[in-house]
Amino acid sequence: MALNIEDIKRIAHLARIEINEQEAASTLTKLSGILGLIEQMQAVNTEGIVPMSHSQDLAQRLREDVVTEVNQRETFQAIAPMTEHGLYLVPKVIE
Amino acid sequence: MINSSLINSSLTQLSHMLASKQISSVEMTQSFLARIQQYNPTINAYIALDEEKTMAQAAAADARIAAGNAEPLTGIPFAQKDIFCAKGWKTTCGSKMLANFVAPYDAHVISQFDAAGAVNLGKTNMDEFAMGSSNETSYFGGVKNPWDFDRVPGGSSGGSAAAVAARLCAAATGTDTGGSIRQPASLCGFTGLKPTYGLVSRYGMIAFASSLDQAGPMAKSAEDCALMMNVMAGFDARDSTSLDRPKEDYTRGLNALSGDQPLKGLRIGLPKEYFAEGLDANVAKVVQDAIAEYRKLGAETVDISLPNSQLSIPVYYVLAPAEASSNLSRYDGVRYGHRAAEYDDLMDMYMKSRAEGFGAEVKRRILIGTYVLSAGYYDAYYLKAQQIRRLIAQDFTEAFKQCDIIMGPTAPSTAFKAGEKADDPVAMYLQDVYTIATNLAGLPGMSIPAGFAANSGDKTLPVGLQIIGNYFDEARMLDVAHAYQLTTDWHTQMPAGLE
Repeated sequence: MALNIEDIKRIAHLARIEINEQEAASTLTKLSGILGLIEQMQAVNTEGIVPMSHSQDLAQRLREDVVTEVNQRETFQAIAPMTEHGLYLVPKVIE
Repeated sequence: MINSSLINSSLTQLSHMLASKQISSVEMTQSFLARIQQYNPTINAYIALDEEKTMAQAAAADARIAAGNAEPLTGIPFAQKDIFCAKGWKTTCGSKMLANFVAPYDAHVISQFDAAGAVNLGKTNMDEFAMGSSNETSYFGGVKNPWDFDRVPGGSSGGSAAAVAARLCAAATGTDTGGSIRQPASLCGFTGLKPTYGLVSRYGMIAFASSLDQAGPMAKSAEDCALMMNVMAGFDARDSTSLDRPKEDYTRGLNALSGDQPLKGLRIGLPKEYFAEGLDANVAKVVQDAIAEYRKLGAETVDISLPNSQLSIPVYYVLAPAEASSNLSRYDGVRYGHRAAEYDDLMDMYMKSRAEGFGAEVKRRILIGTYVLSAGYYDAYYLKAQQIRRLIAQDFTEAFKQCDIIMGPTAPSTAFKAGEKADDPVAMYLQDVYTIATNLAGLPGMSIPAGFAANSGDKTLPVGLQIIGNYFDEARMLDVAHAYQLTTDWHTQMPAGLE
């Protein structure tokens, strides 16, 4: 499927990556090349084949419902871009 | 202690030197740090060094050796790929996004090396978020191939690769999602192993494509890789895909090889698709010579086919970007990582922080992943790719009915020049044409030095032989590699001018 410049802008928005006109144009060329590569898949008949998500078909392990983590708020917030009174600061989202 | 014998010693030899007090871990570590000071400004293999932390580990190792509690790797200095979180160390994954990230905890792999008493020399350069085959996508600049400074070391584990090849460490760790241990091992002329998916815990290893990512050793020989596997492999409940299996001794078979034909009875499968168009003729010759050597060692060869192998690149470039777009959604500029300096509102903060923090190749892969997972396209791309992934895995299952091990080239060419493929993603992706299928199938694969091939310039460059094993067959693969390394000396050669 051929992409156009509006598709690129829409995908970039979905991915939460700001993109300008010039970047969108060069991205279009490169993404189209990659999608051309991917398109080879469509020639394969995959009817009835069970999708493979993991090389070993394992069931998800369960663990006891007990607390395993300790509170490390100060350690973790030391590397945060912006915090105040133990909270992560972001721009106001509720008026 | 003369430097050249130190840097070319095996891990076992280094361990003996430490045990017999010929040298202390502090002295050994200082020797490697001095080499790093000398060569790293040119090669750019390491992107984080912390002499204080490194020397503290070396001193602790000496105390442990003196107390008689040493393990095989105690006191030996290793390089760690910067994809592994190491507490108190800057851990960047080669990205501006994490340029100031100091890890608050240790990856499982790091804890395992620490528990073994190994010394961490520093964190190595890599393609940004492990997305690349040349190390050129790193925010911290490219890495020089120690065999030819005009050429790339391969990627994504390019810093670890150059550090091993230039002897700036005793050995290193890497990770391999589509070939990122094996292709640089081939381009830089050393031994690298990607284990069966699930053998080495991914806990604390910064995620790229979770169903494919696997850590492994990068070292001078198969024997060294076996010793590192003993430390790295093992169940870890903190990784939901870690396999709960009994611990293995990966060195167990190495000393059992004997006689003129130690590999008698071994059936080596040669996939016709791996010797077809696209393989450099000089590389093909080196690989064929290596296989001839294996016949001398008693092995027989069987022609096999992996009919869906040409689909591995298309499938990979759906699955890996899809998983990456999901994994990298965590970089939002809120809890850690880069946040833009100016923004209007929350959405604008996300959009600008991610636009500034990610490089071009990472953005491309996030966009591809976002596209193939977006409404209306899931079945045509993601589901289809997962179905073909099963066909690719089944090819190997069929092949292993006819052979014990598979051999072929690791990469289609020798190291290419920096900049040569940097602007052409599709050409770059073809570097991994022989390695990706094993990641998709979850099989173990390794690359060992098999000789040198002429290239367009006046130098000859290393060529790797790829060895693919069945699930959990790492010990046999290491034996097979070791048998070759007992009768050849390709793996002992090092680049000129770095002695």
